[in-house]
Amino acid sequence: MAQNNGFFENPTVKWIEHRLPIFSFLDHSLGSQYPTPRNLNYWWNFGSLAGFMLVVMILSGVFLAMNYTPHVDHAFGSVERIMRDVNYGWLIRYIHMNGASMFFIVVYIHIFRGLYFGSYKPPREILWWLGIVILLLMMATAFMGYVLPWGQMSFWGATVITNLFSAIPLVGDKIVTLLWGGFSVDNATLNRFFALHYLLPFVIAGVVVLHIWALHVHGSNNPLGIDARGPQDKIPFHPYYTVKDAFGLAVFMIFFMFFVFFAPNFFGEPDNYIPANPMVTPAHIVPEWYFLPFYAILRSVTFNILFIDAKLGGVLAMFGSILILFLLPWLDTSRVRSGRFRPVFKVFYWLFFVVCMLLGWVGGQPADATAAGIPLLRIGQVCTFWYFFHFVVVLPLLGWFERPRPLPISISQPVLGGGRIAAAAASKPMEKA
Amino acid sequence: MGSSGTSAAAAGHHGQATRRDFLYLAAGGFGAVGVGAALWPFIHSMNPAADVLALASTEVDLKPIQQGQRITVTWRGKPVFIDHRTAEQVKSARDVGLQDLPDPQADQKRVKSGKDQWLVVLGVCTHLGCVPLGQKSGESKGEYGGWFCPCHGSHYDTSGRIRKGPAPKNLEVPDFTFVNDTLIRIG
Amino acid sequence: MSRMRKLVVAGALALGLASPGFAAEAPKPPSQSWGFEGLFGTYDRAALQRGYQVYKEVCASCHSLGQIRYRDLGVAPGGIGLGYSEDEVKAIAAEFKVMDGPNDNGEMFERTARPADRLHSPFANEKAARSANNGAYPPDLSLIVEARKNGADYLYALLTGYKDPPAGVTINEGMYYNAWFPGFQIAMGSPLSDDRVTYGDGTKATVSQMARDVTVFLAWASEPNLEQRKAMGLKVILFLIILSGILYAAKRKIWSDVH
Repeated sequence: MAQNNGFFENPTVKWIEHRLPIFSFLDHSLGSQYPTPRNLNYWWNFGSLAGFMLVVMILSGVFLAMNYTPHVDHAFGSVERIMRDVNYGWLIRYIHMNGASMFFIVVYIHIFRGLYFGSYKPPREILWWLGIVILLLMMATAFMGYVLPWGQMSFWGATVITNLFSAIPLVGDKIVTLLWGGFSVDNATLNRFFALHYLLPFVIAGVVVLHIWALHVHGSNNPLGIDARGPQDKIPFHPYYTVKDAFGLAVFMIFFMFFVFFAPNFFGEPDNYIPANPMVTPAHIVPEWYFLPFYAILRSVTFNILFIDAKLGGVLAMFGSILILFLLPWLDTSRVRSGRFRPVFKVFYWLFFVVCMLLGWVGGQPADATAAGIPLLRIGQVCTFWYFFHFVVVLPLLGWFERPRPLPISISQPVLGGGRIAAAAASKPMEKA
Repeated sequence: MGSSGTSAAAAGHHGQATRRDFLYLAAGGFGAVGVGAALWPFIHSMNPAADVLALASTEVDLKPIQQGQRITVTWRGKPVFIDHRTAEQVKSARDVGLQDLPDPQADQKRVKSGKDQWLVVLGVCTHLGCVPLGQKSGESKGEYGGWFCPCHGSHYDTSGRIRKGPAPKNLEVPDFTFVNDTLIRIG
Repeated sequence: MSRMRKLVVAGALALGLASPGFAAEAPKPPSQSWGFEGLFGTYDRAALQRGYQVYKEVCASCHSLGQIRYRDLGVAPGGIGLGYSEDEVKAIAAEFKVMDGPNDNGEMFERTARPADRLHSPFANEKAARSANNGAYPPDLSLIVEARKNGADYLYALLTGYKDPPAGVTINEGMYYNAWFPGFQIAMGSPLSDDRVTYGDGTKATVSQMARDVTVFLAWASEPNLEQRKAMGLKVILFLIILSGILYAAKRKIWSDVH
């Protein structure tokens, strides 16, 4: 691109390029040589926001680790010392605490964007899989991070979640003992959780590299879900999407920083400001909000299914609710990617969205609660059923029975027979697509 | 930009370029300031925390220290040498001409007047931070009867001043005060 | 704060971010207005000092405040303390003895407290506290406001909420009825009564006045850097709004040849 000629003519840049072509690598990955569909909307900002949050979490986490002590007698006190005595320790901890919630908000929006616009469909199946792997790693990291302050919710969250593995037939109890490194959640557990909590973000970063690599093979999907026909359908990533991502980031930061500075404990639980007490379980324990839908699915299985007892059934359903996403590219039989051209899918998509929200709400309520006379357990069960029904029955059938609306000819010609072809094609096309 | 007409076109185009440059500069500048400001709390978090700063003083009872005896106490995680000097040691420290010292400083300036026998110095070699020998009987006191740093061979005299070797400065005298005749507070 | 929080809760519910459920038994305490709430909230220094007096003369006989050091009562870094001068803090600390050691003979010894020491704890450990209080454990109050839902409102309601039990409710021996305590039976008798303390600034020491003051003090103890946080937050948000505006303009400019 013309605007880069000056940069690549610089002698220092040339010297480095000759030995390590890092600048042209960046230019081809995130710069002016990376062709991107011209029609991405703001829902496409959330990928870069997720990457940003990973950096924020690693950075703030490293500085917290400099002052944190992973020992049952000192963990709670060391966190309070960070909050009270360490210079700006309160700020760094609030960033990390709320950052976890922000990371999940961003990633969930990123996933639901992919679900709506069919970003998991060929040829992006491995890209989608890598995303699910990132989600699973994030969940493990977040869970172990929540244990570290060693408050009541930390301790009982760790106890309840590790006990999930006791549902595994035959070796369940042995696995739980292995996870704990003892006969209860104790110092050994805290130490290994800290070690793994520090390690996993870097594993995530590695998978993110693969995720971006896979993305760059075929480039971004787009709101129309059709492939680019030619250079006129694409624009260089830089400066178009760098400035758009930067603007999105600034707006997102307002949202993020509002919570950090004005409602830092909004996503937290008061009980976690009580030091862990292995003798007393809090009256109402809940996981962090981002686990609530899965927690609701876990609790929904209250009955035996054939030879599978309720406990194992719940655990299988919970893990199954994420693992089923791996099969999504084949469960969705429609050849049309974007939900925009699938009138029936659209309805079911929003129904599925509501079901997920309901599951989240049910997961946060006490197990025996009712709403308008209906036991929430019942609502949770119906929603759990629908969650799986959506993937296993609705999506496969829709592909056969739904009549999609006609697709546009190309990205730069979104309206069939529209009059904007000439104008759009004239504006800065990519040299290659 | 609502400019129209051929005469205004060129000026309008130029104005657009300026506005564009201004926006880039403003965005880049603001962004850079933001990133810089955001990094400061992280860097500052590595400075001593409030509880570390608050523990910066310690009191030492001098009563049990015989003349000619040296003790070591801990202050801010570092050893402090307290030397109850004999008259000869004080005299040998004061007989030296300042011109013979690598870091000229009179012994009188390193002790509290009226308490000339009490020398209080940080037991940290000013070369690279080792703890010099000379506190225990039997340890080398160096060629000048003070302290000797075994790491790189610095010799200190009975006033804790550097006399020979690579250390550039005298042993540091910490801030301290006599609370009463037999009690000092360091820090 | 409460109105803002309600808005956020409503927004979160609308977004489907279900907020965690509430423990069923304890009713929600009535909402009070506190000076430290809201975007510009600060602690009232006079109330803080009165609250500390109530804590020291009433609560401290049973409740520790282990996360607070005497130096926190002074002008801590960032201006986040209670506002006592350095000498006043030393004098406050000097009223108490702390265990230190071992000394050169290997023995523990008592010495006068210094500003760097944690506030004096009434009991040596949890077991000692329980045995002195009929088996009940007076919790540490350092984080009590953050460790309870609607912490400040709850604390004020609890301290002013001692009543005779309603008909039909039996109270176990050594327990007291409180309308705001989960389960309604609390092992702590009503700690406040009119003129229980004598305020130095002439404020009349009514039960509600003392309850308010000590609640403000304990809110400060939970989060001493709240003022610093909010002041910084306003600057950060303002900065980000301007940055967003500039980036939006830059985005419009750059994209003008695409649309």
